[in-house]
Amino acid sequence: MSLLSALAKQKIDRELTKYPADQKQSACMSALAIAQDEHGWLSNELMDEVAQYLGMAPVAVYEVATFYNMYNLKPTGKHKVTVCTNLPCALSGGVDAAEYLKHKLGIDFRETTADGQFTLMEGECMGACGDAPVLLVNNKRMCSFMSKEKLDQLVEELKK
Amino acid sequence: MIKLEIDGKAVEVENGSTVMEAANKVGSFIPHFCYHKKLSIAANCRMCLVQVEKAPKPLPACATPATEGMKVQTASQYAKTAQQGVMEFLLINHPLDCPICDQGGECQLQDLAVGYGGSASRYQEEKRVVVNKNLGPLISTDMTRCIHCTRCVRFGQEIAGVMELGMAGRGEHSEILSFVGRTVDSELSGNVIDLCPVGALTSKPFRYSARTWELSRRKSVSPHDGLGSNLVVQVKVDKVMRVLPRENEAINECWLSDKDRFAYEGLNSAERLTKPMLKQDGKWTEVEWNVALDYVAHALANIRNEHGADAIGALASPHQTLEELHLLNKLVRGMGSNNIDTRLRQLDTRADGQVKGVRWLGMKVADLAALQSVLVVGSTLRKDHPLLANRFRQAAKRGQQVNVLHVADDDLLMNVANRLIVKPSQMADALAQVAKALAALKSQPLSKSVADATANIRVSDAAQAIAKSLADKEKVGIFVGNFAEHHPEFSTLYALAQEVARLAGGTLGFLGEAANSVGAAAVGAVPGSKGLCAQGMKSQPRKAYIVFGAEPDLDAADGEATLAALYTAETVIAFSAFKHAASRYADVLLPIAPFTETAGTFVNTEGTVQSFNGVVKPLGDARPGWKVLRVLGNLMKLDGFEFNSIEDVRADIAADLQGFVAGKLNNAIGEVTMNLAPATAGVERIAEVPLYAADPLVRRAPSLQKTADAKRAATAGLAPDVYDNLKLVDGQSVRIKAGAAEVNLPARRDPTLPAGTARVALALPETLALGAATTLTLEMLPVAVTIGHAAE
Repeated sequence: MSLLSALAKQKIDRELTKYPADQKQSACMSALAIAQDEHGWLSNELMDEVAQYLGMAPVAVYEVATFYNMYNLKPTGKHKVTVCTNLPCALSGGVDAAEYLKHKLGIDFRETTADGQFTLMEGECMGACGDAPVLLVNNKRMCSFMSKEKLDQLVEELKK
Repeated sequence: MIKLEIDGKAVEVENGSTVMEAANKVGSFIPHFCYHKKLSIAANCRMCLVQVEKAPKPLPACATPATEGMKVQTASQYAKTAQQGVMEFLLINHPLDCPICDQGGECQLQDLAVGYGGSASRYQEEKRVVVNKNLGPLISTDMTRCIHCTRCVRFGQEIAGVMELGMAGRGEHSEILSFVGRTVDSELSGNVIDLCPVGALTSKPFRYSARTWELSRRKSVSPHDGLGSNLVVQVKVDKVMRVLPRENEAINECWLSDKDRFAYEGLNSAERLTKPMLKQDGKWTEVEWNVALDYVAHALANIRNEHGADAIGALASPHQTLEELHLLNKLVRGMGSNNIDTRLRQLDTRADGQVKGVRWLGMKVADLAALQSVLVVGSTLRKDHPLLANRFRQAAKRGQQVNVLHVADDDLLMNVANRLIVKPSQMADALAQVAKALAALKSQPLSKSVADATANIRVSDAAQAIAKSLADKEKVGIFVGNFAEHHPEFSTLYALAQEVARLAGGTLGFLGEAANSVGAAAVGAVPGSKGLCAQGMKSQPRKAYIVFGAEPDLDAADGEATLAALYTAETVIAFSAFKHAASRYADVLLPIAPFTETAGTFVNTEGTVQSFNGVVKPLGDARPGWKVLRVLGNLMKLDGFEFNSIEDVRADIAADLQGFVAGKLNNAIGEVTMNLAPATAGVERIAEVPLYAADPLVRRAPSLQKTADAKRAATAGLAPDVYDNLKLVDGQSVRIKAGAAEVNLPARRDPTLPAGTARVALALPETLALGAATTLTLEMLPVAVTIGHAAE
């Protein structure tokens, strides 16, 4: 039984058109992202299926999935909040923002709240050091200048 | 050509060479870990940093192309500082466990740390620890020692053709692993042990058994497949401790198949025969050599006197040395018998009279790469010839079209241009289709016999595509594999393969079954026109058998029937390194030395004569086979058995062995009656010889018997239609019948097989009862249901 839906496969096929036919592995990152969007995280079985679909060795897909930290190798909460703690952010309050969130949600990095709402992650540079502190919600929504007030607002909004 | 200067020495190298290659040419050693001449460039260990004039920073020698006028310093203070810096980083996380590490003494990191490492570490923090992985029965891991050179990963991708290991994670968290704990199952996997520059991947069978400096290194030649890989056998106190490759670019390059590498375990098997034994009144007793040989000489003389010399037959293993087979042949023929054969698994010998010489690869192994299109007929290529498969794999990457005609669509881990997968009974028909299509494409007439036989066959698209691939290219090779040699219609296949090669203007070759198949035929250890072949000696039982090195129950095509013939014989004399089933049918067991304990010669499939010396003393009272045969010849008062040394025996074969063998090599075959479509009924059997069951030595190597390949061999692979018809559950056993015989084997669905076939291996005790049956009847076994206690 296939874990990937027909729609996901259609999306992957679209990605594949961007590369030469004998270079299917080029679409590995986008295929993993599509698979993750559908399932929320990348199980071994799912990675195996992506590997099969792209004609790659499963371990080669695993290499990609473990290299980039926007791929979830474990199930996450409903909202995955990734706070940048790289040096420029850290100098401009990134670490403080992360500490505030930890305290507010009662969890540490790489943990999920008991209600399954929030997962807190430590992120790498998001290329917006001028907007520090920055964070990402579910890999897709970028939030800048995250003061304590804005963090409170964000958490309230996401809880709804 | 590019001219540059390395350490003040001028050197000229090919365009596209690297600084590393230029430095090797002038003899400047640049320290390195990730660089390996046979693998792609990774440049991730950074150990080979060198100073290049006008470059603003040190450059990695392995990845820097040599350019005109470049001036390189490999050992300047600047370069050394860079190299020492890299070494300091490498040692940060590397454990200081050299005293308990198997790699200690042969470790590149250890060696280079002496030259480039500091005497003390400045690193005070915690070291990284990495969880060990289970990679199977052959490779032992200590992943904390890994320095992430990725040689093992690149080996899998580039040489073995399957990426089983990868580097997961990033930065400090990166580690080498297999996907979700899978084992490394490649038949070439052992090479990563040699490639690993540290002790992260070491040999599991050898683990903790000796230190490298206690071992003496002795040259030898592999006794397994037809390639004749060159070996370094490492020995401690007259015991073989492990086997490593000896580099020979013309044969095995720097690789070894797992069979060549790990089969040495069989040498130290508890089943070794160490004393001559005689069966008296149904009981085995150990005796001295002179007693045993006297008995043998008398027994054979009696048989000859009573029943004539023709009542004596000899079955010899093609894994025995040239000298032994020569003397055995001389002994048998000296007694007046012509019944000697080494082709124990060859069912079809009807074309023997048409064969013009000794069949061989038809070219040098190293020349395989130059072919533009090849057709491999009936070969379990990867398993039977792991390193020849690698030659084709590397050539296929450079554009060689590899075409396959076989009975199973095995994944060869290479680009296969065209496949023609048919049932075993259809192989000749399929090959005839290729010949017919090729004749049409080349506008050449088929030879009379082929034209007659192929008049009514229809050419399939796949055959057409193969013919086109062969017709389009100039340098073409047709290679016949072991499966085809064991096929009941081998003669037809042989003649058709010759016809295809002729039409394509290509070379016909045989991949070669055993280490000394070519040698055995060259010294005449085959019956010739007057004698009986192995099949003949089975169907027309002899009064006396000499069984030399073989275990006929497992090494002959029809083990069961051969055993029956042996049981009826008045006397059976078994020369063997091991105690085996011979103790049930033989009268005498003579312990002969395996390849490590005797001097000898193997002639590999390309016709290269490779002589070697014994590397250890014979175990117990075992003696080199050639010495035993010499004494036996003397006792029987046969002429020409006066030898003092192995050199005398070699001189007795020919003064110039290589020239002698070369003169015999010829793949031509004359007219053969074609039989394209033999009648079949039931499920067709695909009877392969499993990789790790092919000879007596490898059968006794416990680690190899634990591999996935060995485990799979003892199951029945069923074509999807056969499997689904039986409504089997995975792992459920199936009853396999052939005539009155039946065996039970666990079944598995094998989608690589053509409809109506089942893979049931030869050479296994589990399938012995089936003999050489080609068609089978399958039945589902009742499922064992565990009934729980009813709740009361």
